[in-house]
Amino acid sequence: MLKCIIIDDEDMARAIIENYCSKLEHLLVIGQFTNALEAIQFINNNDVHLIFLDIHMPELNGFDFIDSLNNPPNTILTTSDANLALNAFEYKSIIDYLVKPIKLPRFIKAVTKIGHTNKPTHSISNNEMYVNINRRLIKIHLPDIYLIEAKGDYINIKTETKNHIVHTTLKKIEDKLPNSLFLKIHRSFIINLKKIVDIEDNSVLIKKDVVPVSRSNRPELMNRLNLLN
Amino acid sequence: MGANFIISLNVSIFISNNNSYMKPNLNYLDEISNNDPVFKEKLIAIIKREFPKEKKEFSSNYDKKKYHLAAQNVHKLKHKINILGLREGFKTAVNFEKELNINKFDSGHDFIVILNLIDNYLKEI
Repeated sequence: MLKCIIIDDEDMARAIIENYCSKLEHLLVIGQFTNALEAIQFINNNDVHLIFLDIHMPELNGFDFIDSLNNPPNTILTTSDANLALNAFEYKSIIDYLVKPIKLPRFIKAVTKIGHTNKPTHSISNNEMYVNINRRLIKIHLPDIYLIEAKGDYINIKTETKNHIVHTTLKKIEDKLPNSLFLKIHRSFIINLKKIVDIEDNSVLIKKDVVPVSRSNRPELMNRLNLLN
Repeated sequence: MGANFIISLNVSIFISNNNSYMKPNLNYLDEISNNDPVFKEKLIAIIKREFPKEKKEFSSNYDKKKYHLAAQNVHKLKHKINILGLREGFKTAVNFEKELNINKFDSGHDFIVILNLIDNYLKEI
C-alpha cells in the first residue's frame, strides 16, 4: 500500500486526485494540504511514500518545497503549466509531471512509474543544454559557457555572447556538466577550463572576469592543467 | 485599465461577435468523473463555491494594481476555465498571466469577459 498526500491550494484539484487514488487499490490518501508548509510537518512525522504536489502555491512553491526536504518521497507534480516540465528533470524524487486537468488514464500511467526508472535524469545531451528562462527553453552550447556564478537562488551562466539567469543551484548544474570541460573552483563559481587566460595565486582570469579559487579546490584545478613546469 | 468598466460589458454581444469563445460546457467534467453522477455533482459544487471567490480575489487585486497577485489568481482560474471546456479562453488566461507579470494588460478585456461568461453559466447549471 502506498501512502500518499495531496498538496494543492485548489479544492477542485485535490478532489480529482483523491477520487483517482480511490480507484487504485494500492494507493491510500493519508493527508491533504492547501499549502506546503503544513505538509512539511506532516511528512516529518509520518511515513509518506508518494506526494501529489502542485507547483504554484502561496508562500512556498512546489520546487522550493522539495528543496526543503532532506529526503523527499516520490513526487508527482501537478500543474496547469506544461512549460515547467524541464525544471522537474533536476529532481530525482519527481517521477512524473501531470498537466491539469488531469485525466484518469494519464494519472494511472504516472502512478505505475513508481518503482521504475523511467524518468530522464537530466536535460543535457552531447554539447548542448536547455535552460528554462521566462518559460522559454533556451539552448546553450556548452563549450560557449566560460563561467557559471551562483547568485542566491539563481545562477548566472555566462557565454561568449550572452548571460543567462536561471532559477537553480550551482550544485544541480555541476552534477550535469561534463567533468572534462568544467570545474568548480569556488563555492560560487564553475569555470570552463578551456577558457582560462591565466592563474595568479588564488584567482583565475577567465575572459575578463577575475574569479576566486578556494583553497580546497586549488589542488584539483592544478591537477587538471597541462603544466609545463 | 480598470476591471469595473470591463465587467459591465454585455457578454452575449461579445459571444455573437467572437466565435472563438464557446459556451462553457461540462464535457471535461463528464470525462474526469467517468460519468459518476455523485462525483460530477461534487465537482460542480466545488466550482460553484471556488470560482466566485477566485474571481472576486482577482478583481480586487487587479483593481488595486497588485498585478503579481492578480497573475496568481489567473493561474488558479485557468484550471477551471480549461475544465469548463473553454480552450480559447484558457489560451487567453495563459497569455494574461504572463502579461500581468510584466505589467501588460492586452488580454485583460477578453479575460474578464470569459470570467463573466463562466459566472453566468454557473448560475444556469
